[in-house]
Amino acid sequence: MITLINLKILIKLLLILILPPVIGCILSGIDRKVTAHLQGRVGPPLLQPLYDVIKLFNKENIVVNKYQNVYVITYFIFVVLSLFMLLMKMDFLMIIFVYTIANTSLIVGGMSTGSPYSRIGSVRETISMLAYEPILLFYIIGMYMLTGSFKISKLAYTNKPLLYYLPLIFIAMLFIMTIKFKKSPFDFSTSHHAHQELVKGMFTEYSGPALAIIEVAHWYEYVFLLGLIFLFWYTSPIIGLILALITFFLEIVIDNICARLSWEWMLKFTWTIIIGLSIANILFIYLYNVKIL
Amino acid sequence: MAGISKNIMSKSPWVVHVNCNSCNGCDIEFLACLTPIYDAERLGIINVGTPKQADILVVTGSANYKNIDVLKNIYNQMPEPKVVVAVGACACTGGVFHSCYNVIGGIDEILPVDVYVPGCCPKPESIIDGLIEASRILEEKRIKIKNPDKGVAI
Ligand code: SF4
Repeated sequence: MITLINLKILIKLLLILILPPVIGCILSGIDRKVTAHLQGRVGPPLLQPLYDVIKLFNKENIVVNKYQNVYVITYFIFVVLSLFMLLMKMDFLMIIFVYTIANTSLIVGGMSTGSPYSRIGSVRETISMLAYEPILLFYIIGMYMLTGSFKISKLAYTNKPLLYYLPLIFIAMLFIMTIKFKKSPFDFSTSHHAHQELVKGMFTEYSGPALAIIEVAHWYEYVFLLGLIFLFWYTSPIIGLILALITFFLEIVIDNICARLSWEWMLKFTWTIIIGLSIANILFIYLYNVKIL
Repeated sequence: MAGISKNIMSKSPWVVHVNCNSCNGCDIEFLACLTPIYDAERLGIINVGTPKQADILVVTGSANYKNIDVLKNIYNQMPEPKVVVAVGACACTGGVFHSCYNVIGGIDEILPVDVYVPGCCPKPESIIDGLIEASRILEEKRIKIKNPDKGVAI
């Protein structure tokens, strides 16, 4: 009996480790394909991100200093850990803390190299963290005020989705997703293929296997971020998935129709309008004392 | 997995482009490869900004005394396996600038060039052709690095 339960947990763990990168790889493949079609091109094959990663693993690893690899691995571990905690329906506040460590290690990794491009990229990433971190906290606070708990598992007992009560925070999260997916107009710390900013921003000094690990971690991160959107409609998983997918396609479209903006603009925008939206939403819940649990 | 990693280098060759005082004709033609008409990305070819992430070094223009250090520096920053493609008559031999007082000659005076794309300026089709050839050489180099004793002829 005990071995059976252990086996179940083991299978669950393996699924959590293996399934997200597969989904993330296909998502980023779709991203490149859709982007190409929007630009009137044919685009690379769907599995191109996978080819890129395998190729990068076959390359030599040139590092400026040996700490660089440590930061990459820290980033990878903490991204996987935060996704794991999300899928295990643990404490939302803790998940965001763990996720922040992942991003911080990436910034420190970029800072540890002497390259000016990588440093400016890291500084800009710090600024974008300054922009999106409060919104994530407002999201958590909103959820806490509604359910009386930070535990994601509590959401299963509610009968109405979070989106009903947090519509403004959802809109705010859409902007945060653009920052987090590193899409235009907010892709100034580092950027995706075919957009170049500061050479390659934070990742300028990474090559070969280190870059491949960052890329795989990105796949996990894609799933993690869409998981945050999924929580808005936790009560019915199908609608939640559709919501996450719509968000993803919206980000791709926004990426293709927007030009890059400066970081000052982003900071002003998020700290006035986006935070204003979030506070309005929280105030509404507070004043009307809405509770769903 | 083994099936995917076969020929993996030729599936995603990333290109870094260096302009060694070319007249800009070749550069425009090279960038034309990335536009919707030719769309080099369908072959996995991406123009990256940093040599540390590149597999193929595309050089346009001839080598002269001012730029050899820069060129060598960029070449040395690229991780193995790597391939050099000389695009245009200038990069192949020195072209119209050959025998100028400051020009050394083609890029092969400084770097080991693997693929020559002749023409002044070469058509985007022939540049893409050269890049595909380069990615084939890249794959051979990878196999050679993996099993050094096998000795694949390049
Ligand atoms: S080969 Fe012709 S087009 Fe190309 S750089 Fe030389 S002169 Fe210009």
